[in-house]
Amino acid sequence: MQVDWTIYLTFLGAGLILLLPRDSKNLIRWIALLTGVAALLVGLKNYFDYNAWVNAELAAHNGKLTDGFQQLVNVSWIPALNVNYHLAVDGISYPLIILNGFVCVTGILFSWNIENRVKEFFAFFLTLIAGVYGVFMSMDLFLLFVFYELAIIPKYFVIAIWGSTRKEYGAMKLVLYSFVGSALVFIGILAVFFSAGGQTFDILELVKHPLAPDVQIWVFPLIFVGFAVLAGMWPFHTWAPTGHVAAPTAASMLLAGVVMKLGSYGCFRAAMLLFPQGLEHWKWWIAILAVIGIVYGAAVALVQKDFKFIIGYSSVSHMGFVLLGLATLNVMGMSGAILQMFSHGIIASLLFAVVGRMVYDRTHTRQLDELGGLAKVIPFACVTFVIGGAASMGMPGFSGFIAEYQILAGAFQMHPLLALAAGLSIPLTVAYILNANNKVFMERDEPAGEHGHSHSDESSEHPPLPPITLPERVAAIILMALLVIVGLYPSIMLNMIKANVELFLRGGR
Amino acid sequence: MTPISYFEIFRALSSEAMLVVTALAALTLDLASLRRAEPITRRRTIGTVAVIGLLASVIPLWQQLGHPRTVFLGGTLAVDDLILVFKVVIVALTLLTVLISMDYDVGRHVGEYFAVMLFGAIGMMLLISAEELLMIFVALELTSISLYILTAFHKGELRSQEAAVKYFMFGAISSAFLLFGLSYIFGVTGTTSLYGIREVVKSSGMGMSPLLATGMLFALVGFGFKVAVVPFHLWAPDAYEGAPTPVTAYIATGSKVASFFVLLKVLFIGFAGLEGLAFWGHFSSGWTMLLAIMAALSMVLGNCAAIVQRNVKRMLAYSSIAHAGYIFIGLIAASRMGATSVLFYIIVYSLTNLGAFGVVAALSSRTGGDDLKDFDGMAKRAPFLSSLMLIFVLSLAGIPPLGGFFGKFYLFASAIQRDSQNFGLLWLVVLGILMSAVSLYYYLVLLKHIYVVDSKNQSRIITPTYLNVALGLVALAVVLLGVYPKPILELLNSLVAAL
Repeated sequence: MQVDWTIYLTFLGAGLILLLPRDSKNLIRWIALLTGVAALLVGLKNYFDYNAWVNAELAAHNGKLTDGFQQLVNVSWIPALNVNYHLAVDGISYPLIILNGFVCVTGILFSWNIENRVKEFFAFFLTLIAGVYGVFMSMDLFLLFVFYELAIIPKYFVIAIWGSTRKEYGAMKLVLYSFVGSALVFIGILAVFFSAGGQTFDILELVKHPLAPDVQIWVFPLIFVGFAVLAGMWPFHTWAPTGHVAAPTAASMLLAGVVMKLGSYGCFRAAMLLFPQGLEHWKWWIAILAVIGIVYGAAVALVQKDFKFIIGYSSVSHMGFVLLGLATLNVMGMSGAILQMFSHGIIASLLFAVVGRMVYDRTHTRQLDELGGLAKVIPFACVTFVIGGAASMGMPGFSGFIAEYQILAGAFQMHPLLALAAGLSIPLTVAYILNANNKVFMERDEPAGEHGHSHSDESSEHPPLPPITLPERVAAIILMALLVIVGLYPSIMLNMIKANVELFLRGGR
Repeated sequence: MTPISYFEIFRALSSEAMLVVTALAALTLDLASLRRAEPITRRRTIGTVAVIGLLASVIPLWQQLGHPRTVFLGGTLAVDDLILVFKVVIVALTLLTVLISMDYDVGRHVGEYFAVMLFGAIGMMLLISAEELLMIFVALELTSISLYILTAFHKGELRSQEAAVKYFMFGAISSAFLLFGLSYIFGVTGTTSLYGIREVVKSSGMGMSPLLATGMLFALVGFGFKVAVVPFHLWAPDAYEGAPTPVTAYIATGSKVASFFVLLKVLFIGFAGLEGLAFWGHFSSGWTMLLAIMAALSMVLGNCAAIVQRNVKRMLAYSSIAHAGYIFIGLIAASRMGATSVLFYIIVYSLTNLGAFGVVAALSSRTGGDDLKDFDGMAKRAPFLSSLMLIFVLSLAGIPPLGGFFGKFYLFASAIQRDSQNFGLLWLVVLGILMSAVSLYYYLVLLKHIYVVDSKNQSRIITPTYLNVALGLVALAVVLLGVYPKPILELLNSLVAAL
């Protein structure tokens, strides 16, 4: 099975769930899980095949790729506009495809306890996943846009129906931000299409005939910013924290884990690939906004009172690294950016799962002041958070380190000040992670300073909470294992990324 | 002048003739044998008669398909494939409206209701074949008067009466404008045939003379009313809200399709050569400039006013004003691609809107209200119709892969293609796209009431199967038009080439 079957399998799963009676909740869960696993396995199989192929190519051609794309399907869809149904994958898409697969499977496992409107939940969830798979494979601008929009609408319902804390506001804000972003992209796509003579929407065809520089300079920011809204670029990031906080666990995992990557992927695939001169013209602006986002996100995370807001702002900060890496335009920085997309996807999913599923679903509060001492009650959550947090800080041995180190090194080549400023966020990250860890998982049994007297003996023992369930453990272990595997053995992912980034920078695509 | 062959006319208009017979049969049947029956029996019986008549009227249309274009009555009426396709569209929309009406309380005058609806359909079909100013006017009046009457059919309700009076007053005045404008055009060119006008304008080289400009302006005011664009839209929200919901559906779809079709013909054939320019910074007088102003105002005002509505029908009324603005963008493109995009969009739009109003009719007649709050928790009470509503509303919002998205994309693409070097019409497209983003807000608010908000009343709503099937097929069509627009697009494109 080719990797495009991930899209079809997921759609099939969603359709199948729609046909089931709404009361057979367990059947629905299992079908969702099987769909997710099947798609993930298809993705993984093709991932390793592609990896082997890249390594063979590299060995055969002095460490250089000549064409990184694996063509999947290319048929005419709407001849009136020369739209093709063109799917292809390369070393940039593959890590994101398997990221989507892992987040899907673990998201379903973490949503096992949803009891309200199970059928609709998993139908929306799988539609969203299928749209995301589609975006990562589309090589036709029109098709990419279709899949991209397809992924927006289910988010609204997933958040507004199953979310918490100002869920309707958060959902609406998120969807309107995404839609305004995609409106910019829409204008950009039309401009590209007609400037290039109205012949094709195919990205790989358009690359061969670059547009006139003056067109590039005004169209590039439209498409880049349009996508960057979803990547959480400062100052268009404000949907992200509210959206993440409002969303139910699986949706926050998807949002931070995958949907934000849709944005940065779109920036790379549609904007950077098609407009080399536009990119050259605007890259300093992107880098500066990215650095502001990195530092701002981390600083704001430090003062949050709500556990989930901390992770929400940390996502803004980490996605800033992705944009910074992309703007460096050197192999080091850009490969780091792609790896960071994968790495942050896993880390954010893990942290949101701890906050939303393991802690909030049990304690029904996320206020740091009201939590405490959970390490004794649910130690598994504590360990998970520490590991996720360490990866988030950029601790060596985890994937986050490899990615962020490369991005900083790449940024240093661009301008040392950029790396220095972005590096400021690292101590901030350490601070907010440790602070959260301290307040949520430790601290309870120490007599608290101000209201020490009110805390008598019984408060040192946290009331018992439901234990961590098996699906949660399995999902958390999968995610943690990924962080460590990629952290210790980065070349299973970095080789293909580097080869493709090099190809991109050589102008080969 | 060649002698008129009545047989020819009858053959060309046999489907209209069938509808006349059906309408009379409906009236007689109701009067003769059903006066004492239950309203629901009467609606179902007479509705079935109307359905049979409508289905039968497709047969002659089908047989005429593929023949070369014929013109009769001295160029007054024409029959070609494009016209036939749109007559079929009108018949299909009427059929669906009849099906929706069978399930909706339209009062005691059931026979009259269906008969007037069929008369309206005849008006629309004549409007589509008309290629001469007077015939256009007469057909437009037949359509409008039928709709005025239908609007007032909620006899006990004040808002229905008010809506009908308002609709009628505005309509009558706009008809006067239209007729006045057409008389000027006749006065300047000496002909009432659309092709004749084109020839005279082209050969005399008069260009945009003041008299012709006045005539055009007045005619556009008249048409602007019929398709409800700002600033001639004021009747629409009240008429939509007050009319019985199936009638609202009919006003929003059937009459829109016919009016846009004839407007397209008047502009692209009659006023060919008088386009002027609507490019940003290069305006020059002509109909594209006038249309551009109306389009911009409609998109902005329609979408912004829809946000604050609390009644679903009123909200959809403002949304349809906005959609008229989008469709104008395709007209402004004044190109073959523009014509195709307009025709494609009115098909998608009318199906989508009919479906949406159909769901509103089916649900509101059972919950007793059509405000947003009456739709709370509908996803649990009527899951199937709610999922159809999801499709219709998202298509109106322009979300892929539904028909509304592709239609809108094609409209905007045609506007950009008009001046693909300097992007002269980009300003309208940008406005349209940004306003679509605004529109997503109120569409989502409607879906929020259906899917997110819970209601105290959890009782299931049961709707008749034929209605579910009919609306389901409409939804399927909306999806297919977006996923696989190729066949219908190619058909329209080849037919427009002959225009």
